[in-house]
Amino acid sequence: MSNLRVELKEKIIEQLNLEDLSVEDIQNDDLLFGDEIGLDSIDALELIVLLEKDYGIKLTDPAEGKEVFKSIETLAQFIESKQ
Amino acid sequence: MRKEFYITASVKIKNNEIFKNDRSIFKVNRGLSIQDFLKEAYQFLDLSYAKFHKMDVLCKLGIIATTVLKEDYSSDTALVFQNKSSSEVSDFQHQEKLNDFPSPANFVYTLPNIVMGEISIKHQLQSENAFFIAEEFQPQIIVSHTESLLKNNKASTTICGWLEANLNDYYVFLNYIEPQGEVVFSAPTLLENYIHE
Repeated sequence: MSNLRVELKEKIIEQLNLEDLSVEDIQNDDLLFGDEIGLDSIDALELIVLLEKDYGIKLTDPAEGKEVFKSIETLAQFIESKQ
Repeated sequence: MRKEFYITASVKIKNNEIFKNDRSIFKVNRGLSIQDFLKEAYQFLDLSYAKFHKMDVLCKLGIIATTVLKEDYSSDTALVFQNKSSSEVSDFQHQEKLNDFPSPANFVYTLPNIVMGEISIKHQLQSENAFFIAEEFQPQIIVSHTESLLKNNKASTTICGWLEANLNDYYVFLNYIEPQGEVVFSAPTLLENYIHE
């Protein structure tokens, strides 16, 4: 597993207070919003802050966010494409 | 004749200890932080409610207290709360982050009435609610508002009392009020139970 993907899982668990989950519980392709991980709209805002704070990436297009935040994999690919 | 209502259950949370109907049901070391105490209480109650971990201290106290107070609630159970410090804990956390990256998850808790929303979601309430801010416990306001809701059929039962969390301490004292019971719901009784150790 790539370091970035593990790092994202760790950050999301810590910053979104997902105390019932561990890194091993989140698969790269799990849907972050929906039945699998169950994030909500406030979590989406936290992810936007996380992107800007930790990776210097500003997400300005809401439509883009829907695709970027689909899974750990899509999020990691988005960050890699901006670096 | 004046219609009377009754206190049929109470919960108190203070000094890292939970009391139900004046009987201690859970206690941890007083040196433990409030966050650690609430986490232990969550596990003790076997809550299995992941959203709990995202809540601020005030909401966590409200969820723990109402879960202890009663197992099930009618959906028209009203909430009538009071405290001194409003949402102070979250307010200060938000203020500290204003010059950096404010957290949306923190910001949403910078109102005291959010706890009533969280309690309503958890216990599936669709009811009246009010949150009064007062320098100290004023049972007469709670009693008059609660009685008004019950007398006017705006609620069948009510959870009411004091739900305080500030930067230094916390104190929760909630009561379940029904049309039938033994202990008459009144301001003097509430005050006596509030200060009772």
